[in-house]
Amino acid sequence: MAYSEKVIDHYQNPKNVGTLDKGSKNVGTGLVGAPECGDVMRLQIEVDDATGMITDAKFKTFGCGSAIASSSLATEWLKGKSIDQALAVDNMDFVEELNLPPVKIHCSVLAEDAIKAAINDYRVKNGMDAIKFEDSVVH
Amino acid sequence: MLKLPIYLDNNATTPMDPRVLEAMTPYFLEHFGNAASRNHPFGWQAEEAVDYAREQVAKLIGADPKEIIFTSGATEGDNLAIKGIYEMYASKGNHIITATTEHKAVLDTCKHIEKTGGEVTYLQVKPDGLIDLKELEAAIRPTTILIAIMYANNEIGTIQPIREISAIAKKHGVLLFSDAVQAVGKIPVDVNKDGIDLMAFTAHKMYGPKGVGALYVRRKNPRVKVTAQMDGGGHERGMRSGTLNVPGIVGFGKACELCMQDMEEDTQRISKLRNKLETELMKLEEAYINGSTEHRLPHVTNISFKHVEGEGLLMGFNKNIALSSGSACTSASLEPSYVLKALGLGDDLAHSSLRFGLGRFTNEEQIDYTIKAISETVLKLRDMSPLWEMYKEGIDLSKIEWAAH
Repeated sequence: MAYSEKVIDHYQNPKNVGTLDKGSKNVGTGLVGAPECGDVMRLQIEVDDATGMITDAKFKTFGCGSAIASSSLATEWLKGKSIDQALAVDNMDFVEELNLPPVKIHCSVLAEDAIKAAINDYRVKNGMDAIKFEDSVVH
Repeated sequence: MLKLPIYLDNNATTPMDPRVLEAMTPYFLEHFGNAASRNHPFGWQAEEAVDYAREQVAKLIGADPKEIIFTSGATEGDNLAIKGIYEMYASKGNHIITATTEHKAVLDTCKHIEKTGGEVTYLQVKPDGLIDLKELEAAIRPTTILIAIMYANNEIGTIQPIREISAIAKKHGVLLFSDAVQAVGKIPVDVNKDGIDLMAFTAHKMYGPKGVGALYVRRKNPRVKVTAQMDGGGHERGMRSGTLNVPGIVGFGKACELCMQDMEEDTQRISKLRNKLETELMKLEEAYINGSTEHRLPHVTNISFKHVEGEGLLMGFNKNIALSSGSACTSASLEPSYVLKALGLGDDLAHSSLRFGLGRFTNEEQIDYTIKAISETVLKLRDMSPLWEMYKEGIDLSKIEWAAH
């Protein structure tokens, strides 16, 4: 199977690989997927309390090239967005941007789930309720 | 000069040896005859070439040329052997014993037989990939007609104890079929010393052409017969109809001759390279060899690099190194290798595996390049892996409740 150029580029030059302090109140961490399934994504966001804007985002991913590319792209998209804007990111945005084939759609779903999980972690840490999301269809 | 890409997927298929192609060429053009044409020189030449190739093939496995049935490949050989025995020996019984790590061509044929009323026992393997001989013997019933156990496994290279298996089969009057695709031409295989009654193998795994293989069918002690699976002109002693693929068969014969001639030297050279590759890669932390290292083909190794996903790993170098992975990400099923899972490997380790198949044309420069490329990619991906970070922090990954996915 041939990967799109964008997937290859993210794989070779992943953006924002790393770890934020998950103990910090400003940091939300989303850990999704499972080793048995062959992909685990950890996405972290740092939020400015005053503005509600995402100031930094980092990821680490165990998975195929598409999973790595999706999470790398997610961190790029999240930086500078408000929480509400981040919530609007849809898995199909990844599919379109990275040209993912049907067998890789689960990677995009995982990336969307990781964003939502990170936001909820941030919300709970800061005394807000977790947002209930509909279950993903693909999982 | 190192030429890229490097081919290390010789269990999937091997490149043709140029000497094989050279032997085949005349049989495409001037000697194009049908080996079944008995009335003119074109037919005679073709028949003569096939007879010669049949001898070359038989010699490699210690068989009589009359015991060689040419097929289109090992999938056909597996089907013909298993279905052919099932039908031919229906009055004797309907039970077949095989193992969970067999090739799909054997497993799916057995499943087909189950649908038509046959009974099949699938033996589990031990963590080293070998079957348990006691379990095998215990599985034999009065209705058992066939034991189908591969000679050596395609994913991990594990060699089954064929002689012990055939002794058990003989003791109980059961026939033994072996899919020997990965073994023939690589290690000494002798159907008489090994006690094999039927054996499938193929040319394209031993530097011959694709589309041609053979089924060995024993003629003496006991005389074995299989029911043909294709109706037609009654070629190959009535067991396999269809005009013979003369150039392919000529190439197959030549490939067998070369394997016999070069086996010792090839094995020595290739196993040394394999050992170097393995030793160097095992210097990485949390790397595990899958399957027995004692009973194993000389050119194969299968290694899991924990906390790195196989397909992601391949992507780091697969423009330059051809390899396969037990990871399922490339398949639609998302299930990792059933062979590795049969060894008792967790899904995570199965997803993290690479299969290396070296061959006659592998050289040391290629192995050095491969060691470097894979080591670098593993380290790079581990820096990117949340599982590796957790492992390094001492977190027990098995205790984490992973979200269902």
